[in-house]
Amino acid sequence: MSEQNQNYPEGSAFYSELRKRYLTATIWQTLFLSALVIAIISLTALIYNVLDGAFGYVAYDYKNDPAEFTSTPIHELTKEELLTILKAELSSGAYNKLDNEKKMEDRSQSDLYILFLERLVQIDTKATWSMTDSLTRGDEIRAEVAEKYPDAELEFRSWLTPQFLTTPMSSKAEFAGVRTAVLGSLWLVGIAILFALPVGVGAAVYLQEYAPHNWLTNIIQTNINNLAGVPSIVYGMLGLAVFVRVMESFTSGAMFGVTDSNGRTVLSAGLTMGILVLPLMIINAQEAIKAVPDSLRQAAFGVGATRWQTIWHHVLPNALPGIMTGSILAISRTLGETAPLIVVGASTFISLDPDSPFSKFTALPIQIYQWTTRPQAEFHSIAASAIVVLLVLLLSLNATAILLRNRTQRKW
Amino acid sequence: MKEETLNIKPMETRGFRQFNLKKKLRISESLIQGLLFFAGILSIFVTVAIVYELGKEALLFFNDPDVTLGKFFGTTKWQPGIGQYGIWALVSATLTTSSIAILIALPLGLASAVYLSEYATQKMRSILKPILEILAGIPTVVYGYFALLFVTPILKTIFKDGIQVYNMLSAGLVMGIMILPLIASMSEDALSAVPRALREGAYAMGATKLETSLQVVVPAALSGIGAAVIVGISRAVGETMIVAVAAGAGPNFSFNLLDAAETMTGHIARISGGDLSYNSIDYTSLFAIALMLFLVTLVLNLISQWVVNKFREQYE
Repeated sequence: MSEQNQNYPEGSAFYSELRKRYLTATIWQTLFLSALVIAIISLTALIYNVLDGAFGYVAYDYKNDPAEFTSTPIHELTKEELLTILKAELSSGAYNKLDNEKKMEDRSQSDLYILFLERLVQIDTKATWSMTDSLTRGDEIRAEVAEKYPDAELEFRSWLTPQFLTTPMSSKAEFAGVRTAVLGSLWLVGIAILFALPVGVGAAVYLQEYAPHNWLTNIIQTNINNLAGVPSIVYGMLGLAVFVRVMESFTSGAMFGVTDSNGRTVLSAGLTMGILVLPLMIINAQEAIKAVPDSLRQAAFGVGATRWQTIWHHVLPNALPGIMTGSILAISRTLGETAPLIVVGASTFISLDPDSPFSKFTALPIQIYQWTTRPQAEFHSIAASAIVVLLVLLLSLNATAILLRNRTQRKW
Repeated sequence: MKEETLNIKPMETRGFRQFNLKKKLRISESLIQGLLFFAGILSIFVTVAIVYELGKEALLFFNDPDVTLGKFFGTTKWQPGIGQYGIWALVSATLTTSSIAILIALPLGLASAVYLSEYATQKMRSILKPILEILAGIPTVVYGYFALLFVTPILKTIFKDGIQVYNMLSAGLVMGIMILPLIASMSEDALSAVPRALREGAYAMGATKLETSLQVVVPAALSGIGAAVIVGISRAVGETMIVAVAAGAGPNFSFNLLDAAETMTGHIARISGGDLSYNSIDYTSLFAIALMLFLVTLVLNLISQWVVNKFREQYE
């Protein structure tokens, strides 16, 4: 008895002990919460960091004075004036090349204006500042520019413009856009889903509805779970070895009469992505099929439906929202995944839109990677803008998935 | 006598048609089942293809007279071009960045999970969980941007000249943030699966919420938490883009957090990004690294599944 009394204090000692325990409890609760606060701060910092890079002051200079070409202020040039200037000043070879890509007369005023700046005046970015710096140290920046680059013009610029979305790649950050990359990403998503959706749903249906409980099924299931954990770069190596190399005549389109390409095409990359998202697709579809109650199947069997009729008319329609959610997750994964694309051989610089499965390609995350790793600050700014584009795409996809889940979720 | 009474007349004689209750063979049904089986088995082919292709090229690499297993695992310089094949130059960076990441993600992820599962009200959960989901959904190349252009400059102001522009610390820290939501959500699932009765029991004994959480609920969910940690490690080892952007280019045998060094994944990404000729030693060496990477993550994933199955406390 007396030993126990030492362990369990009584009277005032008990209450002071209790207070101590509650104090510890509160301290730890705060610590637990602070972990989440750190997560929130990190997310905020990341978003701030990206937006900070996408807007800000730019000091740029013209290599050639615009006055050499025209007497009108350059902002007021009309389409016809631009056309005559370009025709007169560009070498005929360069002009014809541009004309072949797209008829000069058909181009809009803003397109021609960009050409004018890019080819003739040759804008030269001297320095860029982040949004925070631009907003808080505006006067200092103006003073600095006036001192260091007396000829330069200072402008508050949003790197994320409608033009950024519609212009192709360029070696100059000021004129680069993400059109080629966005189209490349869309091709990838299309090919990956075309492969992974039927195969993934088929595998899930087999595992949930047909597969007997035996060793083979166990192996398939374990294998799928393991594949989901394989690093994405390993899938890239698989794609390089199988799609780019072994199946080159198919993926380069040589088999279909395409001659000017090797295996590093959007088709190879898309199939690699399809295999990469396959486990994700199967696991999600399995969950969705599992959630369809057995009574539905039994009712169908009861009126004489075959197994496939039951699956096609009753199980799959009811599992559809879950399968859709899984597909959207797979699409997001395809949009954001970078490493396998690097390995499979995304082109680092192309300005031609991908127009067939056998085209060379680039993708949004590849561009972000390329631009981030350049030393010049203006490329970081367009990397930030591309990240904004990518995140907006991903967030809207995920929001769709959540909406879909909430609206079509049925409680059985 | 007895047999005669049991002998029931055939159905036809009572005016019924005989039903054949045996399973009818339906060609299209079997065909569909065959196709579905093929879809199911395809995932096995993928694994076989990975092992075969990586193994084949890795074998070519090890068959090179210059390369010996002793050199591969025993030396610390990696430069296939001039006959140096010490994988430790790359493994050291992988170990360093992954360790930093786990040291960040484990305490933070676990604490988040305990808070979400044990403390948070329904309303707070509905705000906090989406934030973790967004963190989990951000592409890793974006984390790379964040590491290089946000975390590294901050570290630069702290360590001044002691730190290189590309360094493992920045990559590891950001990788930790990337893995945090994974560990948090897997651990939270494990914690939520612990039945309420256990908590009620602890409360009845006079335990505080903290004592209940840490001494009753967490131990009961330990298998799930362990699995989460192992999956987290596997994710960190296989992570490519953050280290490719922020940790540096060029193999460097170093465990100094402030140094630049290249991980296994980063090396694959950098070398394969260029124009690589097939059958060169550079090409096959990448497959040897990838095979190691695949085996390490495979073992980690198998362990995590085994932990879950073996040590799971069965309730109900």
